[in-house]
Amino acid sequence: MGEKGGTMKDKRVVFVTVGTTCFDALVRAVDTPEVKNELFKKGYTNIMIQMGRGSYIPTKSAVENESAVLEYFTFSSSIADYLKEASLVISHAGSGSIFETLRLGKPLIVVVNEDLMDNHQSELAEELAERKHLLCARPQTLYETIAYMDTRSLVPYEPGDAEPVAKLISRYLGFPDD
Amino acid sequence: MIAGSLFSSERQSFLSSKPLHSKSPLSLSTLIVLGSGGHTAEMLNLLYVLQKERFKPRYYIAAATDNMSLQKAHVFEDSLLGKETLEEVGGAEFMQIYRSREVGQSYITSVGTTLVAIAHALRLMIKIRPQVILCNGPGTCIPLCAIAFLFKVLGIKWSSIFYVESIARVKKLSLSGLLLYKLHMADQLFVQWPQLKEKYPRTHYVGRLM
Repeated sequence: MGEKGGTMKDKRVVFVTVGTTCFDALVRAVDTPEVKNELFKKGYTNIMIQMGRGSYIPTKSAVENESAVLEYFTFSSSIADYLKEASLVISHAGSGSIFETLRLGKPLIVVVNEDLMDNHQSELAEELAERKHLLCARPQTLYETIAYMDTRSLVPYEPGDAEPVAKLISRYLGFPDD
Repeated sequence: MIAGSLFSSERQSFLSSKPLHSKSPLSLSTLIVLGSGGHTAEMLNLLYVLQKERFKPRYYIAAATDNMSLQKAHVFEDSLLGKETLEEVGGAEFMQIYRSREVGQSYITSVGTTLVAIAHALRLMIKIRPQVILCNGPGTCIPLCAIAFLFKVLGIKWSSIFYVESIARVKKLSLSGLLLYKLHMADQLFVQWPQLKEKYPRTHYVGRLM
């Protein structure tokens, strides 16, 4: 209920995004029959993958359900449009993608890339998952995360406010408060 | 002073020519070091709320490998002119700098690239001589901050350094943040999670930018 928007009724898109990174493990995980079947079972009808610099090409024909569609592209200047159209977002752990998705109030599963050298990115995803703003997974646990997810249990993220930081900086420099 | 209006023709230039600094104590020339991706988004959120008439002119520096960030800064500066006059908000310049370490580059090879970055940063800092430096990581800002700090120690030029640790850092500071913190290089160092403030008591926590 309450699923609004979308020109075609009943079209529910899962948008998968890796940003400017190379994250084949995520694309490969989404491309497995287990994950795809689980998504379609949950009522999602389309999968759109933004695969970035990755080289793994997902298989276009999707599982038994013939109405199901899987598409992919490398980059787009209009990621925002894909996010707006999505009913579920599966993203890499970059803070840009995370906050853009949360600001739109879309259910979000963040998949942490364990191959990165300095893997501090999981910190943010885990903290926000603890606060129930999103779900956090690894490529190999994505299937379970989708199977057990309940998007209604997610808590909307209250956007931050830069004003206090700006105020402290101004005050430090000797500008009067206003 | 008419310094603000003299600035207009320089908005597009990537290499700075010598600007006329406003002598007014009401505004401070500001160097803004843009990270990339999420870092830039956070910085722009801060710039939205800063009073532009106090922080002008503004010099944007981004890594030479990062094309998006300066574009975003351009869009931001153009949006300001839609609302206020150039004299009010001040001019802007956009520059690129060699990066000391790319994401994924090993710490060992980054020693050499850091030296090149420092030389380039020195040239830019001598040109700009900012009164305020705003940065939020990653490594791009370190050579610039180190030089500003050196200038400060030598009594050449006093610039105030403000560093906002990325929102992605929840449990510990980034390498850049840690350097600035340990060496007391930043005048104010902001973190965006209360856990970090507890761990590093000299930081400030007053909420998140995103």
